[in-house]
Amino acid sequence: MKKLNINTSRAGLFLILFIVILMIGSSAFTQNRFPKPEFESDYQQSQTTTPDPQAQIYEVMDLFVLFLMLVLATYFAHRKRSRHALFILAIVSVIYFGFWRKGCVCSVGSLQNITLALFDKSFMIPVVVVLFFALPLIFTLFFGRTFCASVCPLGTVQELVLIRPMTLPKWLSRILGLFPYLYLGLTLLFAATGAAFLICRFDPFVAFFRMNGSLDMLILGAFFLVTSTVIGRPYCRFVCPYGVLLGWMSSLSRTHVTITPDECIKCRLCENACPYDAIQKPVPEQNPENRKTGLRRLKMLLLIAPLVILTLGWTFSRLHPLLSRVHYTVRLADQIQREDSGQTDLTTLESQGFRSSGTPTKVLYDEALRIQKQFNIGGWILGGFMGLVIIWQLVGVSIIRHRKDYEIDRFSCVSCARCFNYCPREKNKKKTKVNE
Amino acid sequence: MENPSNNSKVTRRRFMRDSVRSVLALGIGAVSGLLIGRSTKQNIVWQLDPEKCVQCGRCATDCVLDESAVKCVHAYDVCGYCELCGGYSKPDAHELDTAAENQLCPTGAIQRSFIEDPYFEYTINEKLCIGCAKCVKGCGSFGNGSLYLQVRHDRCVNCNDCAIARNCPGEAFSRMPSDRPYLLKGEQGLT
Ligand code: SF4
Ligand code: SF4
Ligand code: SF4
Ligand code: SF4
Repeated sequence: MKKLNINTSRAGLFLILFIVILMIGSSAFTQNRFPKPEFESDYQQSQTTTPDPQAQIYEVMDLFVLFLMLVLATYFAHRKRSRHALFILAIVSVIYFGFWRKGCVCSVGSLQNITLALFDKSFMIPVVVVLFFALPLIFTLFFGRTFCASVCPLGTVQELVLIRPMTLPKWLSRILGLFPYLYLGLTLLFAATGAAFLICRFDPFVAFFRMNGSLDMLILGAFFLVTSTVIGRPYCRFVCPYGVLLGWMSSLSRTHVTITPDECIKCRLCENACPYDAIQKPVPEQNPENRKTGLRRLKMLLLIAPLVILTLGWTFSRLHPLLSRVHYTVRLADQIQREDSGQTDLTTLESQGFRSSGTPTKVLYDEALRIQKQFNIGGWILGGFMGLVIIWQLVGVSIIRHRKDYEIDRFSCVSCARCFNYCPREKNKKKTKVNE
Repeated sequence: MENPSNNSKVTRRRFMRDSVRSVLALGIGAVSGLLIGRSTKQNIVWQLDPEKCVQCGRCATDCVLDESAVKCVHAYDVCGYCELCGGYSKPDAHELDTAAENQLCPTGAIQRSFIEDPYFEYTINEKLCIGCAKCVKGCGSFGNGSLYLQVRHDRCVNCNDCAIARNCPGEAFSRMPSDRPYLLKGEQGLT
């Protein structure tokens, strides 16, 4: 009974102590309110454990595997022309880069690290990340998108689950196909201003690789996974910003896989072989009449091009107050300003955190203004870029270039090798090889 | 079909492509070279600065892992070894004992062991800790601030874009070279 009393009174004391300290004003910073005692017993002080991050060697290994897989994918696509081998390599990629290495950092995401590092000198970038960005681009510049075929973990997941490909109407895939450009522009804008890593925020499969993640990431992953079973590579074709860069490289590539091993006999067998809309049908020589209308349309387009570019640039730059809100500092400055001007009574954790840090509001406002200005300029560039892209696409539609054979569209072909086996010349060649 | 003008068109186009390709290759090379020049050989990892942390509790909820990679750690040489521990007991606890209802930690992750009268040692059981920062707040407000949060690198999968860093109201997260992966308090932090 007595003991209990002591305890309760002690608890009371404890409470009073709390209240007193609360009144003095508490802070979470390290304070030596109670100095460390001199122990009489032979107490040994423990140490805070510091488990090491993953060893450096793994990063080097990733780089090595990336290089090796690029070489293999290129060899399988160009030399072996083997869908089978590419498929197995794709499984390896999903297992290694996806499930084992948990999907970070990938070449697609490295685009943001590169951009931020270019704009912010203090941003630390490891050599490995630079090479993850550059190697696939260089390979694509020489051999086409063999990286996409079997190395990129995001692409290969979609490749593996594609069961019943369905062709989308041409106009729809054209319109959806504009999104990667916009996404690329936004990614670069947000990365350059240090506002956000958009690709990582909306990574489709990282939650799947980790079997773990926030609800919205899991839903996003499930959505893309299900869609990929009937629509060929929806992320690659309608979202991936790195894919745009790869597409450009591929369009100029030194060599590229071809449908037929030697010559096209226009048998039309491959016409529907590509689930990614990358096979172009032959186009007959145009009569002068058609050519003239095409030329007239081209002139018109070039005439309105500056107008489109300027209008879109202006529109996006007008959006800068909205876009810049993605940046933490701008959001915070807005909240602080609304609190200070009495527009809101509600404080947020962010504003409380800011106030306890003791930074003057002026510093915050200046910083926010600087960022908004960047977004204003960035908006002009982004809008102008989108204008260029749209004009370029329209030019592509109005120039009708004569095409003799069934050919691959180098921009969108991911070198998956599906169409090879549709070509009778391929079978022919294999047969002669066996006979030899 | 094969007339000379057509042929020269083809060569002209090929020449154009060759030159653009070389320019692109040089461009990629230049950017990579520039960045490799100022890159680190180290890998980069995430860590939070305990002095900036405002104990909001998001570390427990926002990590991409179900069980957060952020855990509480204890700077033993900063601790006062008090029996009245602001990190251990609830402020309104009736008894300063080890009963679960009197402990601040929702999972009972802080273990206390008697050293000598009147001193106790507090240790975090990392298996139980969820990184909610309740004890950190208690210890910082009423004690020495020896309990604090750290990203534990045996657990963290090192996301390119840390999901907690995005939402941390103290802006406490930053990228660190992997040879200095912790921001420790006390003597360990000085070395
Ligand atoms: S388009 Fe993008 S996501 Fe798809 S395989 Fe290529 S790099 Fe990967
Ligand atoms: S999110 Fe930031 S402020 Fe909140 S507990 Fe974690 S480190 Fe502390
Ligand atoms: S109170 Fe929260 S942060 Fe502290 S030990 Fe318990 S679970 Fe970990
Ligand atoms: S980097 Fe990823 S795993 Fe590590 S603490 Fe942040 S969200 Fe969690």
